[in-house]
Amino acid sequence: MIVPLEHVLLFAAALFFIGLVTVVSRRNLIMILLGVEVMLNAAGVVFVAAALRWWDIAGQGMVLFIMGVAAAEIAVGLTLVFRVWRRTRSLNPDSLKTLKD
Amino acid sequence: MTLYAVLFYALAAVTLFCTLVAVTRRVLVHAVVWMVGSLLGTALIFLLLGAPLLAGFEVIIYAGAIMVLFLFAIMLMAQEPNEPPEVRSMVRRRLRARMFWPTVWALAGIIACMALISFDPTNTTPLTAGRVSPRALGAWVFGNAWPAVEIVSLLLFAALAGARYLGLPLVRSDHPEKMAGSLDMDQPPCAVNPEDQP
Repeated sequence: MIVPLEHVLLFAAALFFIGLVTVVSRRNLIMILLGVEVMLNAAGVVFVAAALRWWDIAGQGMVLFIMGVAAAEIAVGLTLVFRVWRRTRSLNPDSLKTLKD
Repeated sequence: MTLYAVLFYALAAVTLFCTLVAVTRRVLVHAVVWMVGSLLGTALIFLLLGAPLLAGFEVIIYAGAIMVLFLFAIMLMAQEPNEPPEVRSMVRRRLRARMFWPTVWALAGIIACMALISFDPTNTTPLTAGRVSPRALGAWVFGNAWPAVEIVSLLLFAALAGARYLGLPLVRSDHPEKMAGSLDMDQPPCAVNPEDQP
């Protein structure tokens, strides 16, 4: 036997909350995207642990799809951040306070 | 405590430490480099939990592709100039005040999760060591979950097209005749904002 499932879940929960605090507290668009990555990663850990617990391969398949979604999300997200930077010359989300020029 | 358990706890500690350091860096490149350490730790944990293919993908896609994409984005966007030291200390003090409530909520959340998960400490669920070969995972994914594969590939294509479209130069909305998508082929397809020119 290796570690109990609960300890893996605790590790994933800690990782997820680190990502969540990053998303809500950092004032930098790139760091916010990094926090989203941390959260998706924690979700992947939970899926892999669940696949081992219930001896079902579907959990590992889900992590593959999470990786695909993360890649798509980061491509579009970084392009949006770049667009914001080009318009305001700043990575601060507070610089996007006006609706239109 | 078996060797697997020792390895797992060591890797979990390293991963959490790297992630914590990564999300608290002010220099974005440092944050990305620490994040690579965190992702490598997660990949090794995937390997311990019996997912060698996912461990490889974690290194290739996350630590390789996505983090390099972050690095390119950081290099593309100029950094704000450094503040003088007195301003920096003031910023740090304000940062500490700003981090207070999120940290409190995160600790409360972790403690709540801990209470939920280890409600009965004697009733832990042991995981038996196992391993899913890449061949079995591939057979399952393409045999049982092929609609999801198609959906993810469509999503990746949509992301590609969206990134291409959003990366176009900004269009001046007060020149409707020069909007992107106009059929006038003599003109460039979109008017370039003069601020974009170096």
